[in-house]
Formats: sequence, C-alpha cells, structure tokens
Amino acid sequence: MKGIHDPAISMQGLTKKFGETIAVNQIDLEIEKGELFGLLGANGAGKTTIIKMLTTMLTPTAGEARVWGYNVAKERSEVRSSIGVVFQDPAIDSMLTGRENLDFHGRMYGMDAPLRRARIAEVLELVDLAEKADVRMQDYSGGMKRRLEIARGLMHHPHVLFLDEPTLGLDAQTRRYIWQYLRDINKELKVTIILTTHYMEEADFLCDRVAIMDNGKIVALDTPENLKDMIGSETITLETESGQEAMMKILQSFPWIKSINSNNGTIELQVDHAQSRIPKIMLEANRNSVVITSVGLRKPTLEDAFLKYTGRKLKDTAGDSNSMANMMFRRHG
Amino acid sequence: MRRDLYAVYSIWLREMLRFFRLKSRLFGSIASPFFFLAFLGIGFGNGASLPGIPEGIGYVSFLTPGIIGMTLLFSATFAGLSVLWDREFGFLKEIMVSPVSRIAIVLGRTAGGLTTGILQAVIIMLSGILLGMTVPSLGGFLLSLVFMILIATTFIGLGLAFASKMEDMSGFSLIMNFLIFPLFFLSGALFPLDRFPAAIKVLAYINPLTYGVDGLRYSLIGTSAFSPVTDFAILGVSCVAMLFLGAYLFETTEVN
Repeated sequence: MKGIHDPAISMQGLTKKFGETIAVNQIDLEIEKGELFGLLGANGAGKTTIIKMLTTMLTPTAGEARVWGYNVAKERSEVRSSIGVVFQDPAIDSMLTGRENLDFHGRMYGMDAPLRRARIAEVLELVDLAEKADVRMQDYSGGMKRRLEIARGLMHHPHVLFLDEPTLGLDAQTRRYIWQYLRDINKELKVTIILTTHYMEEADFLCDRVAIMDNGKIVALDTPENLKDMIGSETITLETESGQEAMMKILQSFPWIKSINSNNGTIELQVDHAQSRIPKIMLEANRNSVVITSVGLRKPTLEDAFLKYTGRKLKDTAGDSNSMANMMFRRHG
Repeated sequence: MRRDLYAVYSIWLREMLRFFRLKSRLFGSIASPFFFLAFLGIGFGNGASLPGIPEGIGYVSFLTPGIIGMTLLFSATFAGLSVLWDREFGFLKEIMVSPVSRIAIVLGRTAGGLTTGILQAVIIMLSGILLGMTVPSLGGFLLSLVFMILIATTFIGLGLAFASKMEDMSGFSLIMNFLIFPLFFLSGALFPLDRFPAAIKVLAYINPLTYGVDGLRYSLIGTSAFSPVTDFAILGVSCVAMLFLGAYLFETTEVN
C-alpha cells in the first residue's frame, strides 16, 4: 500500500472489450478500505468481468485499476499477494480433502508448515468446517464447498476479499449463514470485501455501498438506504369489492397522495408515512359504503431502485448458459 | 523465491495425491502399454527374430524399451494436458490467481508428470523382465532414467502447449488419434525403422520419440540405430525446446 489514505480499490476509465462487445465501459469507482461493497446487476452487466480484471485474470482493454495501490496490469504479483478470491464456480480439487486444499493454498502463498497448520485451524473454525477438514471435497455439499472457499480466500490474510456471486445456487438457510460469515469477516477482521450479486436482499442486507450496473456501466452508486430513499414513497395497495369509482373519487380528495393507479379492482397509491394514512382511507371508504377486501403496504426495496435505474426487472436466473453447460459437463464428468 | 519453491512442491504433491487416489487412472494408464507388451511379446515369441533386429536380441528385449517409450509418451502428454481438466473443473483459477510465478507452476506440473511417468515406465520395465527381457546392468538402468526424463519432459511440454491453446476438451481425441498414436507408431517402438519406406522414415526421423526409444534400447539392451550421443543431443534439444514452448504458451493463457 503506497499511501495510508489511498482507497482500497480505484478504477479510472476501466474498460474491457471482447471483440466488438463492450463488457465493461469506462468505469470510474473508488472503494474505501474496510468497506463491504456490492456490484449489483443482471447477468451480463459486467460485474464478473470487473472482478476478473481486478484479480488479474483478465487484462483491461483501456483505463487503469489499482488494488491496494498496485496496478492490476503491471504489478500483478503484488496485486495477487494482496487479495483473496472466491470465484463464481467452485475452484477446488474435489479429489483432495478440505485440509489438503487449504494446505495447497497456503504453500502457494509462501506460508511455512507451522503457520499453515495454525491458520488452517483458525479459518476452518471461522466457517464451522473443522469437523469436515479431512473429508474429500467431492463429499461436501454446495454450501460447504463455498464456505471452504471463503475460508481459503482468507487464509493468507488478504487485504481485499473478492467474492463473485457468493451465494449463487445455495438454499436460503445456507445463504443466511454465508451472509453472517461475510459480515463478521468484514467487521471483525477489517477485511475490505467486494462482492457481485444479482440478489437484491443480499446487496441490501450486506453491503455498505452498492453500485448498480447495467450494460457495462455503473448507473447508480450509494448506500442501500439512500438508493431506496431516492425511490421515495411507500406503496399502499387496496382491493375493493365494489365502488371502485367512488373510491377513486375519495382518494383524489386527499392532498397527500402522490399518485394513483387502478387496475381490475386493485388500486395502488404512492404516499409518505403510509402507516398513519391507512386509517383515514379506511374511515372514508366506510362512510361512503365502499367495501375494501384487502390492504397492502410495501416499502420501497432495492428492487424498485434497480428497476428505476436500469428500466428492467432482475430475474432470478440461476446463471448464464455458459455456467449451465459447465454444470452439465460436471455431472457427466 | 521461497514461495516459488513451495509452489513447485505443492503442485507436485497434489499430482501425487491425485495419482495414487485415482486408482482407476493408475491401472488404466498402465494397462494399455502392458497389454501391448504382453500380447505382442507373447504373440511374436521371444525366440523369434524379426528382420532388422540384430542377431541374438529377442523380440521382448527389443520391444520393452519401445513400450517404455510409449508409456512415457502417453503419461507425459496427459500430464501436460491435465491443465485442461483443471480449466474445466475450475481449479486452474485457484492456481493462476496465486502470486506464484508462472514458471514455478510449469515446473511443478513437469515434476509431477515426470514422477508419475517414470514410475509407470519402471513398472513396464519390470514387466518386460518378467516376460523375458534381458536384465539391464545398473549403469544401463541409470542411463535409461536419463532418457526417460528427457522423453517425459519433451511430451509434458507438448501437452502443456496444446492445453494452453485449447478452450476445452473437445480437441482431446483429435490430439490422441492424430498426434499421439502416430508419434508412437512412427518411433520404431514396435519394429525397426528400416521396415518403413523412405518417405515415412523421414517422419520417424523428425519424431523426438524415435531418439528416446533408441536411447532406451542402447541403455537397456545395448543395441541402437543411432549413436547414444546423437540420441541424447537431439532429445535434449527437443526437451528444452518443448518445455520452453509449453511454458511460453501457458504464460500467455487467459483464464475465463
């Protein structure tokens, strides 16, 4: 690290082209030390390509990026020594045990035997895998593999930990565990973490700051709270049995309603302080003999922010065609 | 530097663990050269002398060095190509993202391939002795190890070069059928090169394995088509060249 106040990661005009396709387009971004930073976007938005450039796996077409002060194109070895990486697809040797995989890793980072032994015990403890250490990794579940990879990524005390879709394909419970581990690592060990995800809850729950990516560009960058606040109002959904027109008339008389949408007996209202408005709506409806069958209240989510900035919904696609092919191959292989 | 030495050892150790754990690979890789040796050796009979084989040399004695060459050719090329497996199963990323020099990665793989290849070659040699090959002298055995190292390193380099340029394993059978088997048949492993017409002989002469098999024959049974110095020189050059080619192409490979 060259200066104490330098950011952990900086990118200036970072660009990657594959032939004619621009995967990452002129990214300028700084990530502070100690941050837990999220790159949020659909498949193909350019998140993984950014991670691959920052981890020296791909060379930038144009622009510059520094990780812990080192240039990713010119000081690869220094960058590699400063980082830990958990890739999207498993990068383990399943013929080896968990401990052997960690041992391999430790040697590749120049750790001697006593240090490796101590460190392996520590990181296995951290991800609750001490009991499975001597089991071959072909017998690990998907969640256990991912936890071991996180442990491995931390083993050599990296300054920055990269995780590409850390909970892709894991069940809800395992996902929660992994979130907890990542938070602990970030807050207690002070490791700067950069992760990519297309899960809204993940970015919302975990990240200090989130960059929303679309078509190789960053379209929004802020804390999850601020991103949601920018969407503003909460949404009240009313379902009426009859008298929808009357109901609309009543609602239009409230000055605090920002917008109204009606559709097949369902009315959507944008309001602030929705909880205190609902009783008033119910009272007026009652007075005018409108029967309301259901009331819903929704606070803005990161999904709404995402929708606003990218103009599209994030579908929960479980990986691109490429990784599907890999998985199919693996099953036969 | 220390990290690079650790890395060479680490990659070598991983190859050893995998090799001895994958029992099917161990037996599978030794089975086909063993069958070549046993069936050709028994079929032609040890007493029979094929035209072109020097007087007094039994066929099994003649054949065994050739099959040792075959064993090394296949196991070394596989060892080089195993980068493809690592690419397919993701482990290559773990290796490539580490701060280890790419040369150390190549050396680790080469060391692993050499160890497993020579181990298999020695098993084949012992099988040959059981089937009737004359027992080599200690000096001859030690000299044969030198040739084994040169043969294995040459073809590890070749495998590595191909693996670095291939995206996936689809080209694998192409390499097997159109490169490895011809290299084997054109090496004089099964019968003397004199039996080839001149045009095909040229192909044999540019095949490094030809000199490897010839050098092994000189070491183990004391007969050879070229002088052992020629064998050593040509094989030595091809070994260094292929290793550099493999290392160079591996270094420029991108991991996707």
